[in-house]
Amino acid sequence: MARTSFRQALNDALRSEMRRDSRVVVIGEDVAGGAGGTGVDDAYGGIMGVTRGLVGEFGRARVIDTPITESAIVGMAAGAAMTGLRPVAELMFVDFLGVCLDQILNQAAKFRYMFGGKARTPLVIRAMFGAGFSAGAQHSQCLYSIFTHIPGLKVVIPSSPYDAKGLLIQAIRDDDPVIFLEHTKLYDLEGEVPAESYTVPFGEAHVLREGGDLTIVALARMTHVALEAASALAEKGIEATVIDPRTTSPLDEATILESIGVTGRLLVVDESNPRCSVASEIAAVVAERAFRDLKAPIRRITAPHTPVPFSPVLENAYIPSSPAIEAAAMELAKWS
Amino acid sequence: MMLDRDALLLAYRTMRRIRDFEERVNTEFVAGRVPGFVHLYSGEEAIAVGVCMHLDAADYIGSTHRGHGHSLAKGCDPKGMMLEILGKAEGLCAGKGGSMHIADLQRGMLGANAIVGGSPPLVIGAALTAKTLKSDRVAVAFTGDGGSNQGTIFEAMNMAVVLQLPAIFVIENNGYGEGTAAEYAVGAKDAARRAAGFGMPAVKVDGRDFFPVYEAMADAVTRARAGGGPSFIEARCARIHGHYCGDPQTYRSKEELTQAREVHDPIVGFRRRVLASGELTASELDSIDRLSAEEMDAAVTAAHAGTAPPLEALYTDVYATY
Repeated sequence: MARTSFRQALNDALRSEMRRDSRVVVIGEDVAGGAGGTGVDDAYGGIMGVTRGLVGEFGRARVIDTPITESAIVGMAAGAAMTGLRPVAELMFVDFLGVCLDQILNQAAKFRYMFGGKARTPLVIRAMFGAGFSAGAQHSQCLYSIFTHIPGLKVVIPSSPYDAKGLLIQAIRDDDPVIFLEHTKLYDLEGEVPAESYTVPFGEAHVLREGGDLTIVALARMTHVALEAASALAEKGIEATVIDPRTTSPLDEATILESIGVTGRLLVVDESNPRCSVASEIAAVVAERAFRDLKAPIRRITAPHTPVPFSPVLENAYIPSSPAIEAAAMELAKWS
Repeated sequence: MMLDRDALLLAYRTMRRIRDFEERVNTEFVAGRVPGFVHLYSGEEAIAVGVCMHLDAADYIGSTHRGHGHSLAKGCDPKGMMLEILGKAEGLCAGKGGSMHIADLQRGMLGANAIVGGSPPLVIGAALTAKTLKSDRVAVAFTGDGGSNQGTIFEAMNMAVVLQLPAIFVIENNGYGEGTAAEYAVGAKDAARRAAGFGMPAVKVDGRDFFPVYEAMADAVTRARAGGGPSFIEARCARIHGHYCGDPQTYRSKEELTQAREVHDPIVGFRRRVLASGELTASELDSIDRLSAEEMDAAVTAAHAGTAPPLEALYTDVYATY
């Protein structure tokens, strides 16, 4: 298997699905780039280069550069999905959902239910998220909990190139609106990715590491930080299981609960702000359904209840770190 | 533009059916049998009918919270609609949508929309589907004067011009967004002039009169089907009822209400005109009135006989798969 970057894995997924199904279109700001300009046509290939080369193969009728107009991008994609296309809309930064939330929350997410089961909305909204680039408070947030809260949406958050490709192909083939979130710090991450097309199902967590002393649940970039902490803990004789849910809606509760049955200790690592977060949700599920298995209080390691700061010093302090996870795990290990 | 007798009969019949439907919804609401909110279309029939007579089932419309008229003009079944409005399992949306979310995707009715300005972005999506699949379909976004001030329609209009989509924006200017006058709330005082600024043909018509609406839409639909991009129609009209059923309408003068009900009723005006020209006869129109009343009475009877949705329905239809 070839080593492929997270970015290229996403590109492969889009390309293979666009070849497979002529109803798949890509819509967004600069998904090709260069429309109407005096330079080259495929100038950007998306702000992170994920859609590079698609316009050359599929043309501007299927790789649609739009104005900077998020409500119209997402609304148009939702309306197109409802009427027979399978659009992949790119929102660039997930922070921009703030300018088009109605089209996601009140429109796309609701059609099927409001219309008595008769609507099908095969829509994918891609966006990058996450801190670590000193991009400031409006380009660094981790907002998957907002989408996870909304019935009718599916929320997908890959942590590896393999999952990025398989989950994106699954998302494009899915008949419901899918919010597909890519952590900004993962685009250059390389991993084994099969050349052929494959899907990774939603609602199936990936157990990244097995250990009997505690269960760490983490998503996206935080899975890598958690694995780093788990290695350090192993040297101290504490063995952690690390679980990546991969999708927060649907959420694979069974795999988490099963692991708690073994370890009795839960640490949730989440780059989001803590209030009403995915970390809170996982903690609540375990508290409600595995109370008797717990040997220690549930711990959450999250970003603080603040916006993402600009200065690198502050931003580093904002992001959950491996030492913080280690310290929390050491505390949990004392309970028996 | 000359219309043949069949077209005139269809126009009258559809306007009459909308009015009869709405007046029965009003009766049901006053009797306490309609859960939730209802916004009636009475007085605006000429617009839905003048527009939708140019469409067939394969074309798309996106509607507003005041959507019963659009739905009927697009071919939705009044029985299924009345069942839906009363929250019954046999309703068009299985009782899960209600008055503000009536949709019939097979007839190209993409949904009433309870978010003011919610539809136009979705409608340009339907227009994108038509353009991408080269299907010759057009998509119409109905919006009120209130919705005409939302950013969503500005964005949708700009996108439709940029991508040259077969979309038609119809603003039903009934003079009030809820209880605030368009004269106050539409900064430019002229939604059509504002739309023209986006780079598309934009016209203003008297929406209380079927004929100018029908003619303006003929131009817009021809342009859209020929690949000429979007158009905009502002149709001025007047609500016979308030913003919602039960609205005391203290923001409107008695004189204005009387004018709307007694002078500018689009159905009365249509009838007067086709009788005066001799194109249709009173007995033909009376016969339509009778059949329409019977049809809508039957819709109410069916709605009363409908059953409540089973409790399991609470949990279904959230996702296609989960």
